[in-house]
Amino acid sequence: MGVVPVGLWRKIVKTGRVAEPAPPPPACPPPVPELAGSVQLRHVDAGSCNGCEVEIGSAFGPVHDAERYGARLVASPRHADALLVTGPVTRNMEVALRRTYEAVPQPRLVVALGDCARDCGAFKGAYGVAGAVADVIPVDVHVPGCPPPPEAIVAALRGITGR
Amino acid sequence: MTATLVQLFVVVAGAPLLVGFMRQVRARLEGRAGAGVLQPWRDLRKLLRKEPITPHGTGWVFRSAPPLLAGTALVVAAVVPLVTTASPLDVAADLFTVAALLALGSVALALAGLDTGTAFGGMGASREMVVLALVEPTILLSVFALSIPAGSTNLAAIVESGVDLISPVTLLVAAALVVVTLAETGRVPVDNPSTHLELTMIHEAMILEYSGPDLALVEWAESIRLAVLLGLLAALFLPAGIAGAGAGPLALLVAVAAFALKTSALGALLAAGEVFMAKLRLFRIPELLAGSFLMALLAVAASYFLT
Amino acid sequence: MTLYVVALGLCLAAALVPGAGRVAAWIAGLLTASGGALAAVAGGLALAGHGWQTWLPDLLPPVGVRLALDPLGGLFVAVTGGVAACAAVYGIGRSGRVVPLFVAAMLLVPAAASVGTFLACWELMAITSLALVLTEHRERGAVRDAGLWYAILTQLGLVAVLCGLLLLGHDGFDQLRAADLPPAVRNAAFLATLVGFAAKAGIVPLHVWLPRAYPEAPAPAAALMSGAMVNMGVYGLLRVGLDLLGGGPEWWWLVVLGLGALSALYGILQAAVASDLQRLLGYSSTENMGLVLMGIGTAGLLPGSPAGRLALAAALLHVVNHAAFKTLLFQAAGSVTRTTGGRNLDAMGGLRTRMPYTTAIFAVGALCASALPPGNGFTSEWLLLQSLLHALPGSGVAVAVTMPLAVGVFALSAGLAVATFVKAFGVGFLARPRSQAAELATESPPTMLAGMTLAAAACVFLALNPGLVLSALPGAHPVGGLVTLELAGLTGSISPLLLAVAIAVAAAGVLAALRKTGRVRRAARLWDCGAGPMSARMEYTATSFCEPLQRVFDHTLAPEGGVDVRSAKESAYLVERVEFRASVPDRVERTLYGPVLAAARAAGERARRLADGSVHRYLGYGFYALTGALIVLAVLA
Repeated sequence: MGVVPVGLWRKIVKTGRVAEPAPPPPACPPPVPELAGSVQLRHVDAGSCNGCEVEIGSAFGPVHDAERYGARLVASPRHADALLVTGPVTRNMEVALRRTYEAVPQPRLVVALGDCARDCGAFKGAYGVAGAVADVIPVDVHVPGCPPPPEAIVAALRGITGR
Repeated sequence: MTATLVQLFVVVAGAPLLVGFMRQVRARLEGRAGAGVLQPWRDLRKLLRKEPITPHGTGWVFRSAPPLLAGTALVVAAVVPLVTTASPLDVAADLFTVAALLALGSVALALAGLDTGTAFGGMGASREMVVLALVEPTILLSVFALSIPAGSTNLAAIVESGVDLISPVTLLVAAALVVVTLAETGRVPVDNPSTHLELTMIHEAMILEYSGPDLALVEWAESIRLAVLLGLLAALFLPAGIAGAGAGPLALLVAVAAFALKTSALGALLAAGEVFMAKLRLFRIPELLAGSFLMALLAVAASYFLT
Repeated sequence: MTLYVVALGLCLAAALVPGAGRVAAWIAGLLTASGGALAAVAGGLALAGHGWQTWLPDLLPPVGVRLALDPLGGLFVAVTGGVAACAAVYGIGRSGRVVPLFVAAMLLVPAAASVGTFLACWELMAITSLALVLTEHRERGAVRDAGLWYAILTQLGLVAVLCGLLLLGHDGFDQLRAADLPPAVRNAAFLATLVGFAAKAGIVPLHVWLPRAYPEAPAPAAALMSGAMVNMGVYGLLRVGLDLLGGGPEWWWLVVLGLGALSALYGILQAAVASDLQRLLGYSSTENMGLVLMGIGTAGLLPGSPAGRLALAAALLHVVNHAAFKTLLFQAAGSVTRTTGGRNLDAMGGLRTRMPYTTAIFAVGALCASALPPGNGFTSEWLLLQSLLHALPGSGVAVAVTMPLAVGVFALSAGLAVATFVKAFGVGFLARPRSQAAELATESPPTMLAGMTLAAAACVFLALNPGLVLSALPGAHPVGGLVTLELAGLTGSISPLLLAVAIAVAAAGVLAALRKTGRVRRAARLWDCGAGPMSARMEYTATSFCEPLQRVFDHTLAPEGGVDVRSAKESAYLVERVEFRASVPDRVERTLYGPVLAAARAAGERARRLADGSVHRYLGYGFYALTGALIVLAVLA
């Protein structure tokens, strides 16, 4: 398997923990009791400018570490409990989004991430946009911001997992 | 019998914890906080309460694969001497049988992947079968090399006879079996268990269609397989602490503790290794497996001439 | 003996049933089936020790026909009878009158007790099987090609067996056993017969007829040939090598072991990349016969030792198991071909909903053939592996060198067999249909299903009760116990029955525990990444399934293929047609037989110049030949 790179090891030791201390847990209980403590997310880019994607990456990165609260990104909507939808829903993604929602087993949640997902944001009225996420599938949680900061994303996810 | 039940319980309850522990080790090495050792159990609890889905166009093969996979994993967990060598099934199954049972579970999943008729399912099944076809010979040869000193392939006999830790045979077999374990459990560098990218998947691609309790069974069985294979590695090369026939409760307690310690240590090593390694390209994997096959072949040849 | 004669009589009567109508065909089929069943019982009785012998001096003068049934012959009669019963039920109303004749010939071969009788029966078996292969020669040209290959190889095999047995110089098998032959004669006889028997068993490099003949023969005939006839090669090897010649020097068995190992590996490698279902099954026969030969080779290497006895028992059990699952698989494959009209796995798929029964039966066969528990193939391969393991040092350098290699080959072929049968079952029967023929497939008629069910029942029985068969095998019993098989004199045990029960209990327990949890199951559309709908063309085919394997074994298989791009006349950038070709030719056939065939063809072309149609020239040939003969005679006198 090759020699363990000493440099990397030294770096791991020197860096230590980069995850920031956890803010206090959410006060209210999770909206769906079945999903307490564990929420798998399938991310759907319905037409985003990829600003939200960068923030999602940051939320699941080492600093904010959303995984420590029981949230995890997965590959298949069958494995998912919640959809993480970003961007206004473009016409090309409308059917795909609806089908993805259908593919998620019950009980399921939809998290609309960013201002575009809430009200199409800057793209409102554009010819290629079919509408906000809530126009296509029922939305349970909105995360405002353009793009929403990772802290807000993590807080929203903690609201679902209850941790 | 009691000892085997204890072993079965420890494996069944502890396997997800092992997975959680390994994720935790990885998280810490990456500077994260980690979701905690209990997270896999939380995931399983949640999945059990969710809705199972049968995709259109799938049939009994798709439906029966998870229980079959779990069934074989349970039988293997009852046979392999992890905590005790006095399994009532020891006469019914030996090390070859264990390898074949693990293969049976993989075959069930591969057929389920093919049954969905999706491109990803077929892709996963095809890749899994290639890896299996190349891993199987290494397992059989390693078993062979290990069983020559004991004169038997029965697990209790091998474990009780013990192995000479510094002989070249043992080292070669150990190296070969480590590669096999990585491949069988779908870890880096053969497969990446935490990938989200379908095209790089092997194992995960076959189970993309499972949800709810079905998925829970598959994930649970996979964690059992991981725990059993790591435990088997530990038992074969470091059998200290395993309770013999007619052991008292104290010996059993010691055995459980030793098993937990050994598998966690191996799991931690594995998780740490994953931090330092990247996944191999698919067509590089056969080279790795061929290397392990060669090591096993050398081990068999050496054991013929050295004993 | 009476039973055996009645069984033979029933088969002959079936061959002679007059008329060509449906009723006559039914009667013939029923007679053959009952003949096969009776023969199975007769063979079983011989196995149990009720052997017999007889001499019919008036048949086949001047030496007469000698028949005898000992336990070894009884085993092969029983297997043949069982396969014949299944195949006959399967083919009721459809099989011709050659099938019962073929069955009778195969029943006679293991009972022959003299060289003359043996050769006569062997030839009868060869000719009837050739007629069966050629059944559909009017419909397809490929049948004639396959028939030619088969005819040449089987007749060359007969010549080899004939030469070998005639070298021994006695007619009766009893005399041969007592004869004291010089080593050179024994060696020559063994090698010559080995060639003949290997050709019959489909051993590499004499296997080339097998992947050609099986796809072209009708399903019952293919089942009979692969389930029963290939065993006759094994029987011949055992009879001549171990019985008549009473064992031999080490190198004999090393050759057998080597041939077996080569066949096992090469056969399964070709099967793994084949996308023609029947061809795949044919190559799998080569693999399994290779494993049997490995067992026989080990048994010959270690005569009298527990490991040697174990190897022989494992080989014989594998013969029985292979007969059961291969009969089943060929019947199921035949049912698929009957309704879809094709053999290409790439064009199948989705047969699960249209042919549920055939699918379930093929699944049983595939499980057995991939040597996974709780299938029957697992037990015999396990025993074989144990015998290789216990052939410990102390048996000489040759054994110490060969055994690790043998285990390596065995292990590789075991892994590839799993991949092969996952492909055959998963791609052929599961998912969605990939062609219109597969979409319109219908379930087979009840008689075919009955034949398959019989074979499946035999597989299940053998899988759960190998102890019963092992205790009945001829020779010393190296394995004891009925439920738990314990190796006698060695340490090691296994219990297929307990194992099957344990898996079933565990799986059922898991299901029962999950019953209360979760919500109501829901049906939903496939996850097609939100795009869709997915067409069957997006599915993995047999070719794509084995592509990674093919790439891994690139150097051994030497696959051929390429992309042809035809562009328009106006510009090279305007593509009219893109064509992709891929095939995996049989490399042994190409490198070994290609030059021979080319040389023969060249010689034939040259000889054609001698016969140019001129009468004068022919008269001249006669004149010169006569003169030459006279001169030779004059010189000799």
